[in-house]
Amino acid sequence: MSTGPVRERSGRGFRARHGRTATVWAWRAILLVAFLVAWQVLSGRVLDPQYVSSPDGIVTRLGDWLADGTLATNTWITVQEIVLGFLLGAGAAALIAYVIAPLRIVWDVLDPLVMALYSIPKVALAPLFIVWFGIGTSMKVLLAAVTVFFLVFLNTAAGIHDVDPALVDAVRLMGGRRRDIALKVILPASLTGLLTGLRVAIPYALIGAVIGELVASNRGLGYLISDSSATFDTDGVFATLVVLSLVAAALNALVTLLGRRANRWKPLTT
Amino acid sequence: MTAFEVRGVAKRFPKGADDIVALRDVDLTVEPGEFLVLLGRSGCGKSTLLNLLAGLTRPSGGSIRHRGRPVTGPRTEVGYLTQQDTLMPWRDVTRNVEMPRELRGEGRRERRAAALALIERVGLRGFEKHYPRELSGGMRRRASLARMLAGDPETLLLDEPFGALDAQLRTELQGELLRLWQGSGRTVVFVTHDIQEAVTLADRVVVLGPLGRIVLDLPIDLPRPRDPEDVRVDARFVELHRRLAEALR
Ligand SMILES: Nc1ncnc2c1ncn2[C@@H]1O[C@H](COP(=O)(O)OP(=O)(O)O)[C@@H](O)[C@H]1O
Ligand SMILES: [Mg+2]
Repeated sequence: MSTGPVRERSGRGFRARHGRTATVWAWRAILLVAFLVAWQVLSGRVLDPQYVSSPDGIVTRLGDWLADGTLATNTWITVQEIVLGFLLGAGAAALIAYVIAPLRIVWDVLDPLVMALYSIPKVALAPLFIVWFGIGTSMKVLLAAVTVFFLVFLNTAAGIHDVDPALVDAVRLMGGRRRDIALKVILPASLTGLLTGLRVAIPYALIGAVIGELVASNRGLGYLISDSSATFDTDGVFATLVVLSLVAAALNALVTLLGRRANRWKPLTT
Repeated sequence: MTAFEVRGVAKRFPKGADDIVALRDVDLTVEPGEFLVLLGRSGCGKSTLLNLLAGLTRPSGGSIRHRGRPVTGPRTEVGYLTQQDTLMPWRDVTRNVEMPRELRGEGRRERRAAALALIERVGLRGFEKHYPRELSGGMRRRASLARMLAGDPETLLLDEPFGALDAQLRTELQGELLRLWQGSGRTVVFVTHDIQEAVTLADRVVVLGPLGRIVLDLPIDLPRPRDPEDVRVDARFVELHRRLAEALR
């Protein structure tokens, strides 16, 4: 039989394999430090700390809040709202997408309706949600869930519709039944769409929850922002923003981890 | 009992107000254990005919029987290597080749062993854990061939299986296919547009003309077993080649 290609040890060292990543990270660190230094130096001399705060002020504020527990309690509340809203919205979206999208006729009927609902700015729903669910946690959870729902739903449905019919035929030829087609073709093939949906939805879960807190609340990171700004406490506002971006970064890292497995086969070039 | 009996089959594809006629009034009988080659230029309806034989699509007119029973859908006794690759991109080579037996409900250990043996046989050793997009076109082809054989079908439908391979590999795989088929009792319907390949492999060559009709049915009376390298210099080979080239014109 024919000789296949040969595999050899590459002999590439750490530098060749990770050199680029190291450079990228080094530059990120340099940029961040330069920015912080410039901010600290300019604040108070050129810029009014009342408006732009300063790294020093932010760190002090974070220290105070960390010490008196303000940070932990409010962050925990917001994180809970984000996670619950995300799970609820994404779960419902994936479930409904897998039920509806394969039935082409049902999908075609509902499509314009879904798009219309999707186009509503979710902030506009906040007052309605307050009327329906009060100003407690459930209002924020549901606002986050609704925001997440459409993104995950539409991306998953697109993934399901993009499945190559030739792969479905291949499974039929191997004696696969409807169940096999659903589990061994539609599901894995549409996973890319689902993961895309989850990835893009994460920042929106955060947006939904924080907007809910900004509109009406007495706890959470959104509340910290509105409360701080109401008293012209810029340090507080910026400190909260820093925490929010850390939360967002952590969530993003989580999804990247999720998507890594699928990436090896993802770009379908034939 | 015949392997395939095709009677007056037509296939039209609706396109706007018109129909594209891919096949019209095709009659064809394939005997059990026969190596039949369907020869034709591209676009003459070869793949369309194989899709019908495989049961993936239904004819617009006429009837098709496989072993005496009307064809109503895909069957596992018929293995079909389609013109396009249909390996699952999210499965590595081994898991792709395992698939026919997996769908049959066979145990993990047995199907894995069978898959590895077939991967070795098509020359993909060392690439068991590679994903389709990490393979060359020729390697994907061989992986597809292994997957089809894993289902152990008694009838093989092959649609230009070696079309994208280099000449050397092509000759090797032709030889391998002949060894696989010789004495196995399997029926093969092999589609190609290459006259030389047709004469090398076939018991019988059926030429599909441009109007979706069969224009020539030629028995290939070269002795077996054949060696793809040697058979090409045979005087009889040259004569058969000439007749087929004429029919294709
Ligand atoms: N699904 C389809 N829809 C419309 N036209 C098709 C379809 N499949 C094949 N055809 C047409 O039928 C004819 C024969 O196609 P095909 O069987 O693929 O040819 P071959 O395999 O011999 O190259 C071509 O003209 C092609 O355009
Ligand atoms: Mg074709």
